[in-house]
Amino acid sequence: MSHGHKSEFLAHHFEDLEQQKESAALGMWLFLCTEVLFFGGLFCCYAYYKYRFFDAFISGSHHLDIKLGLLNTAVLITSSLTMALAVHAAQKGARGRTSLMLLLTIALAGVFLVVKYFEWSTKFHHGIIPGHNFQFPAEDLYGGATVKTVEIFYSLYYCMSGLHGIHVILGIVVIGWLWWINQKGRITPEYNVPVEMVGLYWHFVDIIWIFLFPLLYLLGLHVHG
Amino acid sequence: MSKSHENHIVPVSTYLTIFTILIVMTGVTLWVAFHDFGIWNTPVAMLIASFKATLVLLFFMHLKYSPRLMTIVFFSSAYMLALLILIVMADITTRTIPAVSSVGM
Repeated sequence: MSHGHKSEFLAHHFEDLEQQKESAALGMWLFLCTEVLFFGGLFCCYAYYKYRFFDAFISGSHHLDIKLGLLNTAVLITSSLTMALAVHAAQKGARGRTSLMLLLTIALAGVFLVVKYFEWSTKFHHGIIPGHNFQFPAEDLYGGATVKTVEIFYSLYYCMSGLHGIHVILGIVVIGWLWWINQKGRITPEYNVPVEMVGLYWHFVDIIWIFLFPLLYLLGLHVHG
Repeated sequence: MSKSHENHIVPVSTYLTIFTILIVMTGVTLWVAFHDFGIWNTPVAMLIASFKATLVLLFFMHLKYSPRLMTIVFFSSAYMLALLILIVMADITTRTIPAVSSVGM
C-alpha cells in the first residue's frame, strides 16, 4: 500500500493493510493449531483402540455406508473449491460472484449434513448407538471382534464425525455472515480479510474429513471386498 | 514481512487443477483400501491423506504464497500431534496388555 494514503479499512495500530492482513492470518493459523490438537486427541485415542481392538474396527468400519462416505468426501472437496473461488472473486472485487460462491459453499455444506443425517438415523434405527442397548449383528463380527469392542469403534465414529459435523454447522453460520457483509458492500478488493480467514477455517474442516474418511470408512474393504 | 506477498491472487486454473487432483486422489484412497498391505494399510492411507492435505494447505489455503512464518507455525502443531501419537504407539506396542477377557470386555 502506498504511503500517504490511509485506507478506511486500516486499523490505527497497523503499519499498512498488508501487515494487518498478515496479523489476522497469523492469528487464524494459531487458532488452526489449537484445532489440530483438539482433533488430535481423538485421533490419538483412535490409534490406541484400533491397535488394541483391530478386528472390532474392521467389523465396525465395514458396517458403514462407503458410498455415502465417498459422496460426502466429494461434496466437501467441491465446497472447498467453491470457497476458494469465493476468495478469488472477493479479491477481484466481483461482488455478485463472491455471493454466489459463498451460497454454493453453504449449499454443499448443507448436502453434507443431510447425508450425515441419513447415515446416522439409519444407524440409530438399527440400535447402533453406544450405551446400554448397543446392538451389532453377530454375523458381521470379524475375527476376534465382540459387540462390546465394536461399540468402542462406534463411540469414536460418533465423536470424531460429530465433532467434525459441529465444525461444518459453525462453518455454515460464519459463511452466512460473510454472505451478509458482502451483500452490504463491506467486502472489497482492498479489504477481503474476512473471506480469506473464513476460507482458511473451511479448508481446514475439509482437511479433517480427508483424514477421517479412510480411517472410519475403509478399514474393512481389503477383507470383505 | 516481505512485500512480495502483497496482493497475490491465485488463478482459477490453479484451483481447478488442485480440485481435480483431490478428486482423483480420493479415488486412489478407495482403490488402495481394496489391497492388503498388512501393517502398512493405515500408513499408506495416511500418506495419501497427507498428500491431499498438503495440496489443500499449499494452494487452497495459500501457504505457498504466504510468509514462511505461517507454515512454521502450522507445522509446529502437526509436529506435536505426530509426537503424541508416535510416543503413545511406541508405548502400547511394547508393553504387555492384559488379555481382553480379563478386563471385562
